[in-house]
Amino acid sequence: MRIEEAEFDEQELLAKLRAGDDRAYERLVAEHGGRMLAVARRMLRNEEEARDAVQEAFLLAFRGLARFEGQSRLGTWLHRIVVNAALMKMRHRRSRPEESIEPLLPTFHADGHSTIEFGQWQELPDERLLRGELAELVRSSIDRLPESHRTVLLLRDVEELDTAEAAELLGVSANAVKIRLHRARQALRTMLDPALKRGRA
Amino acid sequence: MKSRIGKTALSRGEEYITCEEVITHLLDYLSRELAPVEEREFERHLEICPSCVGYLKSYLQTVRLGRIAMQNELQGPPPELAPELVHAILSSR
Repeated sequence: MRIEEAEFDEQELLAKLRAGDDRAYERLVAEHGGRMLAVARRMLRNEEEARDAVQEAFLLAFRGLARFEGQSRLGTWLHRIVVNAALMKMRHRRSRPEESIEPLLPTFHADGHSTIEFGQWQELPDERLLRGELAELVRSSIDRLPESHRTVLLLRDVEELDTAEAAELLGVSANAVKIRLHRARQALRTMLDPALKRGRA
Repeated sequence: MKSRIGKTALSRGEEYITCEEVITHLLDYLSRELAPVEEREFERHLEICPSCVGYLKSYLQTVRLGRIAMQNELQGPPPELAPELVHAILSSR
């Protein structure tokens, strides 16, 4: 990022946007568009839908500029808008019957003891290693989660929305978000376990 | 705060909450949403149960791995929007 960009004042940009300044609109798209596309891509896993979601998000943002109160950063505001645009696309997809997440959850004997002994995992490798094979395993495992659980995991753990924000965007209760998040993490843990448990041959 | 944890079992003559209770309420525990008395019972169980400790640690590693693997795609410069897309966005004003 060049120095003049870093110093560009967000309030000044906002004022110019509201005044309809063409350069300000170009700047908004240039500064935030790429990051918004990355968010839409990882949620939708489909390039065409991701581009559409970004375009729709900007359209909503342009219309909403007058209402933007500047209490959050522009980037945070645009992030919420593109997340919501991607969610709307997901809702319009032909919905497949969801597979149950139950087989990926831990099971217990009648006395409350776990049916298997949980061991320790290997220490996580350096974050740079995550660019490789393990990162791909994590991503493909997340893709295998039932959609309603995958969505909650993405909103909470990847997009870092809080429970209330995720509940509002999904139109479900905070409690439903918590239950789905816990199950999604448990199921992902089960899928990663064979690759990460200690003493693996 | 209503009590969430119920089921207990005896171990070495003492009463502990079960593994099932611990794993079911792990998210509540990690979000500090258990009542203090429940939190203490939770931790008493962890002191005697390496399996649940293993589960808790790998659960936290899972959360971290998920975040890094997905956000990884954001590291480095963000993708560029194709000029046609930028044009379409700007002409939708």
